[in-house]
Amino acid sequence: MKLHEIAHARTGDKGNISNISLIVFEKSNYSLIQEKVTADRVKDWLGKVVKGEVKRYELPQLGALNFVLYEALGGGVTSSTQIDKHGKSLSAFLLEMPI
Amino acid sequence: MKKIRIGGGAGYGGDRLEPALKLLEEGNLDYICFECLAERTIALAQKEKKSDPKKGYNHLLEYRMGAILPILKGKKTKVISNMGAANPFQAMKVTQEIARKMGIKGLKIAAVLGDDVLDTIRQSLYLPILETGKPLSTIEPQIISANAYIGVGGIVEALKNGADIILTGRVSDPSLFLAPMIYEFGWKMDDFEKLGKGTMIGHLLECAGQVSGGYFADLNRKAVPDLWDLGFPFAELEESGDGLISKVTGTGGLINTATCTEQLLYEIHDPAQYLTPDCIADFSKVEFEAIADNCVRFSKATGKEATDTYKVSVGYSNGYAGEGQISYGGHDCIARARLAAEIVKKRLEKLSLQDVRLDIIGLNSISPMETEPKDLQEVRLRVCAKADNFEKARHIGQEVETLYTNGPYGGGGVSQHVEEIISVASVLLPKSAVNIHVEYLNT
Repeated sequence: MKLHEIAHARTGDKGNISNISLIVFEKSNYSLIQEKVTADRVKDWLGKVVKGEVKRYELPQLGALNFVLYEALGGGVTSSTQIDKHGKSLSAFLLEMPI
Repeated sequence: MKKIRIGGGAGYGGDRLEPALKLLEEGNLDYICFECLAERTIALAQKEKKSDPKKGYNHLLEYRMGAILPILKGKKTKVISNMGAANPFQAMKVTQEIARKMGIKGLKIAAVLGDDVLDTIRQSLYLPILETGKPLSTIEPQIISANAYIGVGGIVEALKNGADIILTGRVSDPSLFLAPMIYEFGWKMDDFEKLGKGTMIGHLLECAGQVSGGYFADLNRKAVPDLWDLGFPFAELEESGDGLISKVTGTGGLINTATCTEQLLYEIHDPAQYLTPDCIADFSKVEFEAIADNCVRFSKATGKEATDTYKVSVGYSNGYAGEGQISYGGHDCIARARLAAEIVKKRLEKLSLQDVRLDIIGLNSISPMETEPKDLQEVRLRVCAKADNFEKARHIGQEVETLYTNGPYGGGGVSQHVEEIISVASVLLPKSAVNIHVEYLNT
């Protein structure tokens, strides 16, 4: 099973830091993503783009995790040469993760 | 019980106007706020103002005001916007002029000034850049602009003085929405729980359509009805700072707990520590409850005392980016695009460019994955890099274009582009070093 079958996500950016929210469709699946989608696993999965650490925050009442990815945007929207300078599409690749 | 309605009229500088007009006409709003200023936009606006002192405000100001002002006639709705960008004073004058031409009398227009701290920053070059830790002096010759993210103060003052339209420069996005709550409900500036709640509401509304079904639609589980006719959101608030978020009946889009949760966490790091000039908002315990179709009740945001500094965005000139693209199709198109990339890379080597990207669009331009599809029928090579001068940057696109006659078989559809890079560095400035004041014009 892939993450997008049980959860949705949105990416935001501030400077060279990206954040990705991961939100389950059904609250009953929260414990599953809480267990399986660790900060380390996210860093491995998006490893090619995330140069810094990954931190995870938990919001159980919303069925949501928030990942903060440091040094993930090639310098950030005001200086990156990446085509997706905001890293907007990163959340879609997180949802490709098998669990 | 007193309730007020605040609408989100724009989520960025170039946003659509039609949904904002619909919201103004049918939303029974007390306030509509247009958030139109991204991190870098103000540096570009400052450059514009430097070459023409009558410019430097949002490019769509005339277009928006021309459509908004006639609707405001006979309505109670007040307008708050950071469309002033680098030149709120001129934005106020332009708005007055538009109102006069339309024969609209009795409007009080305010401009909040003081966020431009370039002179102060030039005297404070020892300040460390938050992103790199190096002092500002390392980028001193390239500095173009410096604007502090100021809070609600100037807007609340303008409301107290009876302003109907308030134009600002760099104000923290949620502060645009928090200010009318403070004014209407008489919240104290040290009631941080209320300021935290108001900041959360501002954060939900500041991207307009992004909470009402925009940037959400996905097949199957995330279907959004009539997305083409996306309606913008409004919040209906109680004195307690709790309330609901909804949109005009009959518009497209979707508001449910999922759209609200995506927007709540948008551009948030630690949800318990969202730093604004007004407070440190805490979203970590926020709850959403769907109480009707497209209507969600929110509660349990809170906040703590703000820090004693403003974040300042320092815009600086950071060289040039050059880019060229070319498409390949049919058999072995990926291999030919890769050969083209290799050729361009070698031809550009002597220029010592930085951050060179050799993307194959369709394969790895946005994807961090290592997998490779076998059956692509077309791909597009994109070469992009930074150079320290315009001429070198221009050469990048040139070396892609010359692939027509000097590269692999079958390349087509070349485009090329050069732009100056305006980057942003952040520093913290003591609040006491910033003087905010408000100017007014009447019609």
